[in-house]
Amino acid sequence: MKRLTHLLAAATLLASAGLAGAADVNLRMTIWSANKSHLDLFNAIAADFEKTHPGVGVTFDSLAFDSYTTTLTTQIAGGNAPDLAWIFETSAPDFVASGALAPLTETLKAAPGYDLDDVNPATLELWSTGGEIYAYPFSTSPFGVFVNNDLIKAAGKPTPAELIAEGKWTWDSAVDLAAAVAANGKAGLIVRDFDYKLWDNLATIWNGWGAAPWSADGRTCTMADQPMADAMAFIHDAIFEKKAMPAPGVSADFFAGDAAMTITQISRASLLPKENPFDWDLVPLPAGPAGKYAVIGQAGIGVFASSKNAALAAEFLAFMTNPDNAAKLAAYFPPPRKSQLTTDILAKANPLLTAEQIDTVVIDGIATGKVKPGHTGLAEIHQAVRAGLDAAWVPDADVPATLAAICRRIEPLLAR
Amino acid sequence: MTADDGSYRRPFWTIERRDGVVGLLFVAPQLVGIVLFVLVPLALVFWYSLHEWNVLANTFTFKGAANYRKLLEDPTLPEVLGATALFSAGLVVLNLGLALALALLVNQKLRGIVVFRTLFFSPVVVSLVAWTIVWGFLLQANGTINGFLGALGIEGPNWLRHPTTAMISVVVVQVFKNVGLNMVLFLAALQGVPNELYEAARVDGAPRFKQFRRITLPLISPTILLTSIITVVGSLQVFAQIAVLTQGGPGVSTTVLVYYLYQQAFQFHLFGYGSTLAILLFVIVLTLTVLQWQMRRRLVFYEN
Repeated sequence: MKRLTHLLAAATLLASAGLAGAADVNLRMTIWSANKSHLDLFNAIAADFEKTHPGVGVTFDSLAFDSYTTTLTTQIAGGNAPDLAWIFETSAPDFVASGALAPLTETLKAAPGYDLDDVNPATLELWSTGGEIYAYPFSTSPFGVFVNNDLIKAAGKPTPAELIAEGKWTWDSAVDLAAAVAANGKAGLIVRDFDYKLWDNLATIWNGWGAAPWSADGRTCTMADQPMADAMAFIHDAIFEKKAMPAPGVSADFFAGDAAMTITQISRASLLPKENPFDWDLVPLPAGPAGKYAVIGQAGIGVFASSKNAALAAEFLAFMTNPDNAAKLAAYFPPPRKSQLTTDILAKANPLLTAEQIDTVVIDGIATGKVKPGHTGLAEIHQAVRAGLDAAWVPDADVPATLAAICRRIEPLLAR
Repeated sequence: MTADDGSYRRPFWTIERRDGVVGLLFVAPQLVGIVLFVLVPLALVFWYSLHEWNVLANTFTFKGAANYRKLLEDPTLPEVLGATALFSAGLVVLNLGLALALALLVNQKLRGIVVFRTLFFSPVVVSLVAWTIVWGFLLQANGTINGFLGALGIEGPNWLRHPTTAMISVVVVQVFKNVGLNMVLFLAALQGVPNELYEAARVDGAPRFKQFRRITLPLISPTILLTSIITVVGSLQVFAQIAVLTQGGPGVSTTVLVYYLYQQAFQFHLFGYGSTLAILLFVIVLTLTVLQWQMRRRLVFYEN
């Protein structure tokens, strides 16, 4: 008898544990950031959502930036896809076209107070197909130049702000500044996350020459065309002749005070040092031979169609990006909402930035910026270009021949 | 002839049968492991290699020999196989040579020799990725090694950015990591060589080199075979060092077969073609092992 009671008790316990597990829904979202300020903000929004959805939990899974997409697709291949994922602009064509993502238009339209019409249609373009939205353009973030004025003054050069005031903020003067600081023993200009591997970040330079790796329809290689050849010759010269950019294999971190300038997005402002700060500034990209220009990086958030809780995940996405929360996220991730792209609102969300920095870098950048190059099957093209470009990253490289060889290699991949 | 004619009927459970079942039971855990974790995955990889598997779109379509045709036409594959052969050859020669030299050194009967044995063996127990990341820092253009060379007035190369030095770097980093293991195996073999043979050789007036050539080498040849098989197979499966140090670059100069397989499957999402490359790797490893095993008859000395 006693034994039977024990058995019954154990069975009840097991059953209740099983029930509790079924009631508790956990949504998992993969993100590239492991930055504490970013995570605190996400967790606060998730906590608000959990209040109105008892039994639902949201966790943010930080994956390493440089292998983010690979890790994500490996999880998908292993049958362990997250419910939601942050997706880079460069892999947007792959994800949107694959059918892996759940359609979102209906959920977003139906969400109370959401006002989908407020979202700038241009920002949705990359994330939509056939009139259906497959990911929300969570961050539309222009690239700017963070500047360490202390190092530039020590090198006896005018600051970028002074050059802008004189109308002389060009790539030639930027490289001149960087070379002067580098001659003093620090690093000059760093294209953040490039590191001679993630070459698509060089779009922040070559767009100033009107260059692009492939044609707008994505079918023809334009790496060997004149604008790109000129831009790459300029970059090569800046690295190996003027020593204005760290050479391959040399590491330096702008945010640790090691470099004069770095090109990156405003979300990286969270890395600025809080102790022993240096005199920093944020300015637009210098003008190139083709004039003034801006480059934007985009990140979307999508819901996986394979998720058991896809409907709930879409609901969370609608909550996370509603007008109230979008205003909070604007601290690091400029929202695509027309009503929020004003200096007042962005200044409140970004206490680190001045009104002028917001105007010239963020608002002008979003209005005029081109998105970084993307393509279906990008990973393979990206790898082929990376391997090809390695031949250009030596002092006595034949840059035009290298670019022509890259085109021969990627033409068949582009044409697919 | 019939069952009830009183003749003796053999029981089903004969001693041989019982022994057979007991034997099977003893090997069962290992057998289940091999079937589940080796044979089944191997068959699955072959099955995948006949398909195109797009992870994102979740499509799995039969393509027959298409991936094998692609293998023959792949413009990058010859370079990858060249890099793999270069890496393996460099690694095996350097690893076995250094391991044997170290084993001969630490086989001396000197005070404190144990300290050296431990030192040379210690990298084996260090985490591979941690070891490689530290070497990545040392090998940077403005890293410790070039700083040291600079102090001597030598301008060091940009180790990981030039095809030749990058290949040398990944080989040396891998050799230093694992040479201790082969050293210990050689040391055990050296200590198994009977001292009387050397005494006899000395009495006959054989010089040291001849003693090494005629006594030591033949007697440790089974260990040389074992270590060379382990090292060749290991060198073909190198991945982490490449992923951490060079990502296959510059160009494709350090893209060895396993790293290429990883790129195709996990970066380009071409799991079908990745599986085809895995089959190619399997065939290469199997062929090399069979060849080495065949060579043992001619080159290896067994006492019995």
